[in-house]
Amino acid sequence: MNTTIKRVAAVVLGLFGALFINLNIITLLQADDLANHPANRRLMVREYEIARGPIVVGEHAIALSTPTEGELRYLRTYPEGPRYAHLTGYYSLVLQRSGLEAAVNEQLTGRPTEVVAQNLGDLLGTRDRAGNAVVLTIDPRIQAAAEAALGDRQGAIVVLDPQTGAVLASYSNPTFDPNPLSSHDPSAVVRSWDELLARDDNPLVDRALRELYPPGSAFKMIVAAAALEHGMIPTQLFADQPFYDVPQTTADIGNYGGGVCATGQTISLEDAFRLSCNTVFARMGVDLGADALVAQAERFGFNFPVPFELPVVASSIPHDLDVPATAQSAIGQRDVRVTTLHMAMIAAAIVNGGEMMRPHVVDSIRNPEGGRVRGSMGGRWEAPPGVGRAVSARTAQQLRRMMVSVVESGTGSRARIPGIEVGGKTGTAQTGLTGTENPPVAWFVGFARHDVAIAVTVPGNSARDTGGLVAAPIARDVLEVAVATRNASTSGRTSGPSTP
Amino acid sequence: MTTADRLAFGQGPRAIEARLLTGAVVVVVAAGTLLGWSVDRDLPPAGLITGIALAAIAVVAHVAVRATAPDADGAVLPLVMLLNGFGLVFIRRVDLATGDGLAAAQTVWTAVAVGAMGLALLFLRDIRALGRYQYTLGLATIVLLLLPLFEPISAGVINGARLWVEVFGMRFQPGEVAKITMVLFLAAYLERNRQLLSVATQRLGPMLVPAARHLAPLLVAAGVALVITAGLRDLGSAILVFGTVVAMLYVATGRVAYPVLGGLAFIVGTFVVYQRFAHVRRRFAIWIDPWADVQDASYQLVQSLFALGTGGLTGTGLGFGRPQDIPFAATDAVFVVAGEELGLLGATGLLIIFLLLVVRGFRIAQTAHDEFSTLVALGLTVTFALQTFVIIGGLTRLVPLTGITLPFVSYGGSSLLANYLIIALLLRISDDSRAAAKGRKEPANRWLAATDTPHGPPRETSA
Repeated sequence: MNTTIKRVAAVVLGLFGALFINLNIITLLQADDLANHPANRRLMVREYEIARGPIVVGEHAIALSTPTEGELRYLRTYPEGPRYAHLTGYYSLVLQRSGLEAAVNEQLTGRPTEVVAQNLGDLLGTRDRAGNAVVLTIDPRIQAAAEAALGDRQGAIVVLDPQTGAVLASYSNPTFDPNPLSSHDPSAVVRSWDELLARDDNPLVDRALRELYPPGSAFKMIVAAAALEHGMIPTQLFADQPFYDVPQTTADIGNYGGGVCATGQTISLEDAFRLSCNTVFARMGVDLGADALVAQAERFGFNFPVPFELPVVASSIPHDLDVPATAQSAIGQRDVRVTTLHMAMIAAAIVNGGEMMRPHVVDSIRNPEGGRVRGSMGGRWEAPPGVGRAVSARTAQQLRRMMVSVVESGTGSRARIPGIEVGGKTGTAQTGLTGTENPPVAWFVGFARHDVAIAVTVPGNSARDTGGLVAAPIARDVLEVAVATRNASTSGRTSGPSTP
Repeated sequence: MTTADRLAFGQGPRAIEARLLTGAVVVVVAAGTLLGWSVDRDLPPAGLITGIALAAIAVVAHVAVRATAPDADGAVLPLVMLLNGFGLVFIRRVDLATGDGLAAAQTVWTAVAVGAMGLALLFLRDIRALGRYQYTLGLATIVLLLLPLFEPISAGVINGARLWVEVFGMRFQPGEVAKITMVLFLAAYLERNRQLLSVATQRLGPMLVPAARHLAPLLVAAGVALVITAGLRDLGSAILVFGTVVAMLYVATGRVAYPVLGGLAFIVGTFVVYQRFAHVRRRFAIWIDPWADVQDASYQLVQSLFALGTGGLTGTGLGFGRPQDIPFAATDAVFVVAGEELGLLGATGLLIIFLLLVVRGFRIAQTAHDEFSTLVALGLTVTFALQTFVIIGGLTRLVPLTGITLPFVSYGGSSLLANYLIIALLLRISDDSRAAAKGRKEPANRWLAATDTPHGPPRETSA
């Protein structure tokens, strides 16, 4: 019996050996995958043990963590939730993170959470650790003005500082409240999420950064820039015709509302720009050629991803445009697509002597003691790399004057602010095929003085909603506030050391 | 040698036991204190009471063994106390997370089970006496196994298995005791029929195979396993029963044919059971791909893997894991709770304690001075080892997960009671053989010696 018992014991020993080897595989080889698996609540609970840093606008936190009595130690709240929702995003148990909560998560938690504390020491260390504060470039008064100006209308407003690329306001309507999505009650999160998804006006879509629109006549800024760069002058004369007979196709291009733009004889480039004359610009686009048009658009950043803290959809213009497509692209139709942020960047470049600035919304990162961890990620943006300015300083100056005349006596007159230099370009883009009843997208892209650039996108409710009629007054409301706050902050900056 | 000398400084097994028990209790109390400190930075009275209770229980157990089985193996009881003590610590850990009060109940159950062990040692002077009740034991095994199917007292299907009876509001798992009666029955049966069973009359390839009618016990075992799987929906117990029977048959007869045929029968049986029963197919599907449905079907397995993976090499530290995320944390999955907080190192430590206990069991089987005792010790050890393997292997995805307790560590009164009875039997067998080797004349039970009626000489076996 001794031998047989030994053999049975050997088998049992083998089974225990298998248990030991298998334990090694799980706790050593597979440990990282298991610890970081999305269904492993441990990671999340540990993350909620961190006093996540606030997101700050002006003097106020627009996202902050407050201690709770529950298992998850901190609750993320958004005091002015809907106003900043597309910027802050949400911080959710069920949906993970979005917006800046996702983009600057490592700063907010104070360290990369993907590296999980795996031993007692690490874990004890995380217990009462606080994350960094993320201070934004957003001016709360301008953001509030953007919200108020849009009112119930769908659309987006982006306001930039042309000299730095700092985003002063970025608002998209409809918006949502990130508070219920960040609740600690998973069923409340799911309920709120389902409600948002069920709405057909897509409140979760950030129309400022992540929705592409046809620019319509606002694209004439780029066509005019290409023309000026190719040696034309603002006073150059063109035939003022009711129709432009586009080569290689039977589809003519007419002016908005029909008829001629001015007298029906000749019209200067600056007047054609001021009155948004389709026939002149379509012909000019064809004469310049697709290559010149696309090259100028790309120097303004078309077809390149915009570097930004939040993901931005790239504006686009196709490369292989035939003649009819070139004519239609020159008036911002066909396949040309832009984001609101990008149009604001183009207006900013024109004010900034032709230089594109890298847009940014994070002003600084501050540690819990208030010390500066790092500043903003601004600077010049060259797309394509090495191209230099988007347009020469001279062209920029000419475009700027032309845009001022649009507001003074052209299609953008409703953006006028007495005593303030305001310039811009309107746009009314058809979203469907010509002749269909789809309401157009109304644009106002412009600036006030040298220190505010703006883009307003309002998908229209009816065919009569033009950029000049709908978007320009919205832009004026925002610019008025922006100019006032810029005056205040500029005087504050000169009178003493700036305080965050 | 004075009594005091023998108590603490002697060289005998009881002196060794006393020292090892002291060490075990100190280690467990230290772990319990650390747990309390890590949770509320204060000496927790509840944990301390548990520690004092465990120390008292250890003293009682030691005194009982000293009085009733003075020459028994001195390492068994300390190893058991270590497992039981760690069980209490981790059940308390789960309590702290869930707000239950299972640790206190388990402490009471420990006292009851140790009392039962003492009584068993006290009244069971001669283990071979049990062999006489062979058929009673066989019948008892079947009745105990089928008890949960008897409607008036059945507690129904709990956590997917029908293993419980409920009498006067008390739940009990009769299957835990059935393990013991089954081993006793088989040992008695095999002792009487082993010669018959080991006569090879047929040749099957290179193997000598016993006559077909002598394969009956194997077939009965397979049948019982099938009934358990189908009727009680308990895959783990089925493997336990079948493995124990095969091991005992092999040791009793020395015929390789039994494990080989048993292995074949196991493969065929697994296939049949897989085809026939949806709940078995479900368990296999979870085992093969636990990531398909992490929130529902494979929740328990996946949470166990998460816990161990998060624990890593050194663990999160006592009190810093998340037992509240692990289903059945205090019962089936208590090993994982320990693994998360003590890491690979702690889990390996637990495995080693189990292994040492199993090795002592095999040693007792080897040195037992008659065949019945050998077979009983072997059968109980194999059952104990297989149960440990099935639950730890299940929780770590080495084998399909089936709910079964981890001996001495998991929360559960029936399990504790049954396992302490197993220890009583092992200690009795160990004491018998060592006393015989020493030539001890006095009866094992000195307290009963005066009033005990003589049983007569043990029946000689025909070996």
